[in-house]
Amino acid sequence: MFAYTTPLVGGLLIGASAVLLLALLGRIAGIAGIVWGAVSAQPDNAWRWLFIVGLITGPVLYHLLAGVPNPQASPLPWWQAVAGGLLVGFGVKLGSGCTSGHGVCGIGRLSPRSLAATVTFMATGIVTVYVIRHLLGGLL
Amino acid sequence: MKALIGLLCGLVFGAGLAMSGMTDTAKVLGFLDVTGQWVPDLAFVMGGAVLVTLVAFRFVLKMKRPALNPRFYLPGTTVIDGRLLGGAAIFGVGWGVYGYCPGPALAALTYQDSKTAMFVVAMLVGMAVANKLAPG
Repeated sequence: MFAYTTPLVGGLLIGASAVLLLALLGRIAGIAGIVWGAVSAQPDNAWRWLFIVGLITGPVLYHLLAGVPNPQASPLPWWQAVAGGLLVGFGVKLGSGCTSGHGVCGIGRLSPRSLAATVTFMATGIVTVYVIRHLLGGLL
Repeated sequence: MKALIGLLCGLVFGAGLAMSGMTDTAKVLGFLDVTGQWVPDLAFVMGGAVLVTLVAFRFVLKMKRPALNPRFYLPGTTVIDGRLLGGAAIFGVGWGVYGYCPGPALAALTYQDSKTAMFVVAMLVGMAVANKLAPG
């Protein structure tokens, strides 16, 4: 079988979810936006909280039904998780979106803004991994 | 009904993330490591997802309104400015530091690794700080 079938089908599912959400509720499936809307108590919020419940439950279904074990826990130290989380949260709020909002949905509706954001975060992500892995020896 | 749709979309999204390998930080960091032992998997994830939205959004956005709400809730701004690019740049650095973007981090809470929980809490703090320093 084609070696990249699972990532491709996973991607198709993500796209299908985004299409359903837009067609039925008129909402963009941007996780950063959904999470911020949920915690900052926007009106009409039940769908956001239940989306998050689904997001956390979805992987359980996949691993159970497909019989695929959970991925290995990250070997990186806890402070690197905290540093990563702070930067991700700060960046997505400032830049109005993440991989799903800009990358999947924004590019899907041909937004030049989202394309610019996606190229930017891919580039800095690649540079960051290069610096950490190949210049700093693997840790931040 | 709307809440139920939210749950359904979240389930499909979360299953897609797990299936695609996005909840595995080793794969994500391997994908970003283009000069090392590159793991191309996630190019297919993004490719597959964008393929679907590119085609289907064209039809969806031609509808007068979504099935269950009075209108589409789309971002109004179209300006490419320092705030957008600076935010995206900082987000990319954080992505490369640990290997999670927001969706996979939340989805991976299900694996019950305390570091993932710390990532998510830090992410919420980061969002609140950005909201305080640069509201809007």
